[in-house]
Amino acid sequence: MKLTTLHRIGWLLLAAIAVFAAFGPALTGTDPFAQDLRAFLQAPALAHPLGTDHLGRSMLARLADAAQLSLGLAALSVLSAAIPGTVLGILAAWYGGALEKVLLFISDSVLALPGLLLVLLLATLAPGEFWPLYLGLSLAFWVEYFRVVRASARTLFASPGVEASLLLGFGLGYIVRRHVWPELAPVVRTLASFGLAAAVLAMAALGFVGVGVKPPRPELGVMMTELLPYYQEAPWLIAAPVGLLATTLLALILIQHEEKNA
Amino acid sequence: MNAQTLISLGRSLLPVLLRRGGQALAVGVLVGMLSFLMMRWLPGDFAYRIAAGRYGYDLVSAEAAEAVRRELALDAPWYVALAGWWQQLLAFDLGNSLVIGTPVVDEIRHQLGHTLMLAGAALGLSLLIGLPLGVAAGLRPGGWADRLGLLVSVGLRAFPPFLLGLLMVIVFAGADLPAAGHGEAANLFLPALTLALGLAAGSSRIVREAIRNVLASEHYAFAQTKGLPLSLAVWRHALRNMALPVVAYLGVQLAFVIEGVVILETLFAWPGIGHAMVHAVFWRDVPMIQGTCLMLALCFVMLNALVDLLCLALDPRHR
Repeated sequence: MKLTTLHRIGWLLLAAIAVFAAFGPALTGTDPFAQDLRAFLQAPALAHPLGTDHLGRSMLARLADAAQLSLGLAALSVLSAAIPGTVLGILAAWYGGALEKVLLFISDSVLALPGLLLVLLLATLAPGEFWPLYLGLSLAFWVEYFRVVRASARTLFASPGVEASLLLGFGLGYIVRRHVWPELAPVVRTLASFGLAAAVLAMAALGFVGVGVKPPRPELGVMMTELLPYYQEAPWLIAAPVGLLATTLLALILIQHEEKNA
Repeated sequence: MNAQTLISLGRSLLPVLLRRGGQALAVGVLVGMLSFLMMRWLPGDFAYRIAAGRYGYDLVSAEAAEAVRRELALDAPWYVALAGWWQQLLAFDLGNSLVIGTPVVDEIRHQLGHTLMLAGAALGLSLLIGLPLGVAAGLRPGGWADRLGLLVSVGLRAFPPFLLGLLMVIVFAGADLPAAGHGEAANLFLPALTLALGLAAGSSRIVREAIRNVLASEHYAFAQTKGLPLSLAVWRHALRNMALPVVAYLGVQLAFVIEGVVILETLFAWPGIGHAMVHAVFWRDVPMIQGTCLMLALCFVMLNALVDLLCLALDPRHR
């Protein structure tokens, strides 16, 4: 009972953040790039509910824009890692042989480089662009789906149910739909929520050390770097991106927690 | 040790060494290739950029840029450059830093010590924090220590090293603890503690699971039933089984350590490899990026191999 409450809180938080990211930029109606140097470092007020930053830009508008960027890019890279990773994992488990060996070698090669380093290297190819971040995150993440799916699919393909289906003449498509996917879906979902958290975090970390998204584009890590010098005059400013990132991570952890215990 | 055991030992070691060796080779090819592409694709006039790095933005002139271009042969065709690049890499020659002009190897040798010190201190601290917490939680699942441990570990996962480090800087910037720099032991404390807390958040739960599983197992129950004293039962029948998942998890944590080191060194201005790497990315110092990245990746692969071997040593079933 206690777990389901936590689980529900996780989904609620995630839904709130998703709504904020999806509709926030349109609803605030404020330009996140518009500067007003006469109104810098202002405390939260009606016009700017989260105050204004050191250049007088609306923090709410910037935060919404940053949330959209982070969550959007993270979701996109998780999707483009999960789909090929899962499909390749199933194919490797089904066909085995050379295909499996080659795929295993490729995935091993990717694993030899910690994900953040791969993203960092790609980000250097085109500083300030989004595609290297996206490509790097997808490339780093698909391996996990591939390995987990391949391992579980191998045991599932050897099960008596699959054997019966094979004897009845059903093909790979039916077996995957009927026997394999129902077992794999929760695993892939858990991996996806881990992946989302990792992607959001990696982007913020790279933005923070100055090698990811470039200013003036609002991004959680970039905003932290910009606002860190003002933590004494206006602590609420840096609290906003830090709070949003921590809440996002917490929500993703809480929903995983339920998956594991269910 | 007779010939039979030697052969079987070799048979169990070979797959590990082959896999990790293949990884080391693959990572070399990958990093080398990407670094070469980086060199060719970088936007802007590369020669100007390097000249600015060397002489400062105010002193750059067309002559300085031209001198850099000639010195580094930046206008050679790509296939000539690629051949030269591989030749150098195969000879383990990482080249000179484009910005400060010194051999990359010398720089890395200097930085590696600092990074290992930070990573070692963090791992040590994480064991000091994570083991007792995990043991306390595992001995009484569902007890207050267990619930508190779960709460703390969830909280720490919502504040991973990068966020935690940022908070540390803010909290301790005015206190006696130095938030950045290096030179004294105190400088090491904050980044190491930050990384250690992140590691302990995961390892304490793994330790808990390991202890819980072993204590609930039939073989441990039998060891007690046959009258072994507690210390002997734990020593002979529990410890090795508990150690196995914990050591295996260490392999998972290595990626976490490497990524944490890159971010935290930059945040706390700790002069290690990660710090150098991020700054090399700023300055587009490609040989430096390549060298630091290769070094980190090879360390990663090597430590992973070590963990594999340790697991083999602990678990006779795979031998």
